[in-house]
Amino acid sequence: MDKIEDRYMAGRHFMLGNYAVVEGALAAGCDFFAGYPITPANEITERMSERLPKVGGKFLQSEDELCSIYAVTGASLCGAKAMTATASAGFNYMQEGLGYATSVEAPCVIVDVQRCRGENYATQSDVMQMRWGPSGDYQGVVLAPSSVQELFDYTVEAFNIAEKYRVPTIVMSETTIALMREDLTIPEPGEIKIEERKKPEVPPEDFLPFSPDEKGVPPMPEFGEGYNTLYSLNPHDEEGNINWDPDVFENMYEREMGKIKDNIDDITQVEEYYTEDAEVILVAYGSECRPALDTVLKTREEGEKVGLLKIDTVWPVPEKELREAADQASTIFSVEMNIGKYSREVERVCAPHCEVKRITKNRGAIHTSGEIYSSIKEVI
Amino acid sequence: MMEKIEKLRGNLREDSLPHFFCSGCGAGQVMNFFLQAADEIDLDFDNLVAIGGVGCTARIPVYLKCDALHGIHGRVFPWATGIKLKNPDLNVVVFAGDGGVGAIGGNHFIQAARRNLDVTVVVVNNLNFAMTGGQVSPTTPSDMNTTTTPFGNEEEKFDLKKLHEAAGGTFYSRWNTSRSQKSIKAIKEALEHDGFSVVEIIAQCPTHFGRYALGTGKPVEGIKWIEDQSLTIEEAESMDEEEVKDQFIVGDFYQKERPVFDGSTVFEEEE
Repeated sequence: MDKIEDRYMAGRHFMLGNYAVVEGALAAGCDFFAGYPITPANEITERMSERLPKVGGKFLQSEDELCSIYAVTGASLCGAKAMTATASAGFNYMQEGLGYATSVEAPCVIVDVQRCRGENYATQSDVMQMRWGPSGDYQGVVLAPSSVQELFDYTVEAFNIAEKYRVPTIVMSETTIALMREDLTIPEPGEIKIEERKKPEVPPEDFLPFSPDEKGVPPMPEFGEGYNTLYSLNPHDEEGNINWDPDVFENMYEREMGKIKDNIDDITQVEEYYTEDAEVILVAYGSECRPALDTVLKTREEGEKVGLLKIDTVWPVPEKELREAADQASTIFSVEMNIGKYSREVERVCAPHCEVKRITKNRGAIHTSGEIYSSIKEVI
Repeated sequence: MMEKIEKLRGNLREDSLPHFFCSGCGAGQVMNFFLQAADEIDLDFDNLVAIGGVGCTARIPVYLKCDALHGIHGRVFPWATGIKLKNPDLNVVVFAGDGGVGAIGGNHFIQAARRNLDVTVVVVNNLNFAMTGGQVSPTTPSDMNTTTTPFGNEEEKFDLKKLHEAAGGTFYSRWNTSRSQKSIKAIKEALEHDGFSVVEIIAQCPTHFGRYALGTGKPVEGIKWIEDQSLTIEEAESMDEEEVKDQFIVGDFYQKERPVFDGSTVFEEEE
């Protein structure tokens, strides 16, 4: 097994979820981290403080979460692969900085280990804030891991999406998986696909900082390379200059959102379990996929045609896959651990085509498979 | 003379001009001071990052032909922290007003001073929130009328120098817009200083502070009022605290040496 001084701890581990996030970040090339103490995300910050300086990165314990997100953005504009981690209350503070990072298209990764109202109860209640948190219009990307292995894998993927599309990418963690130890396999370095951000191929005098490539993503220089780029929150034209022309305003938003929407097939991922002949499909994300899959297995044993659509990328919504599920199933159950938030998205896409029911739990604890089983038994 | 102007203009984004400062605003003067100071030390604008938050002063980086950030109020020091940690070779200059430093960015300012972050901060202290219409700020003198203190300012004003010094900052100068050569020299020395250097320039705001607090929108009256309230460090030394309480004490206060910030924990390989 590799030493802790190495960037890649390739091999098999029995590891804490929060630690797996750190290992995923390092495997993806993270070289800057800023974090402020908050439970249940502390193990990420603590492990980063030990791991990152040993592999040539910079660690900052910030004075607050605002500092975290802005320091991350500043480092990103200097070429860093940068990350911060927090929990729900800290994620609130970050909305302002998330809005800025989105508008200047600074690649970065934000981990939110969701918790409830100041306590560390399990929840998925930030799912809407992750999509609609900052003011202004934007389209972000949010990944929802359901295990320690996926905390590693999706953190790598979050860096890849962030760099490829110049978009802040959120890893939506939860108390359930963050504070759990589980089997984790870290591949050898060459086996992990790593994306690097595209840099300008033209000299500074010919460079337009916000002129997109064929994917809608502008190539990005680093600070200090002579490209003299202005990164303003304010509406800006392709040259980066603040510009109040309504056409500039509209084009800017259309491109920033379009680069995600137009590449949705490359960005969004789902996994399907026993859906090929399913008449009842559970739709779940994050740790709720675990009891949902258990329920599917139990009902399959009973001969019922039940499947699971596991949403790995909650934002942007994988509408195509949801629609396919709706066309096939007679009933879809939207399973989540909050008052019923993402269910609205599931209903928006699926309800015109099949029956959609909600299985929600907002008691600070994950569903048991028995609870989900009882709910779907009314239908099957 | 024309040659020098052309040279200084070369460091501006020509297509962003004319700038949006009001006629007679101190921020335009301070931008000029900065360009002159930078020119005197041959500052490489390709290796410069200028940072502005939101406000009148915060607009200065928008006009400078260098890498720049703009548009978020008060988060200038966190940005600078991330930039300097990732690339310590960059020169980073923050342009902020009394609101950005003394109000919304106050804690970030304290922490950057404590860490001795190696950046230069040019504070244009125009004694009010000017861009938003002349509201009271943490540096507005007591009793003054502003658009949110119509019956006079009941709060005590903030001395940003004392804040900086107590927090551990290593360079501080305060001047006013009527002392251009002193201001330019201070900015130049601040740029050359290793550590958290601040040059505060008391500046006139004819449009808001002038009209509401001083009762005159004439720039020259604002400049004169500030100059009349200003005492040098030496002049202030012989006076008691009560006498100088409402004055602007100007001068080069201190320049200290202390290691600069390079991360909250730094791993050093054992030999």
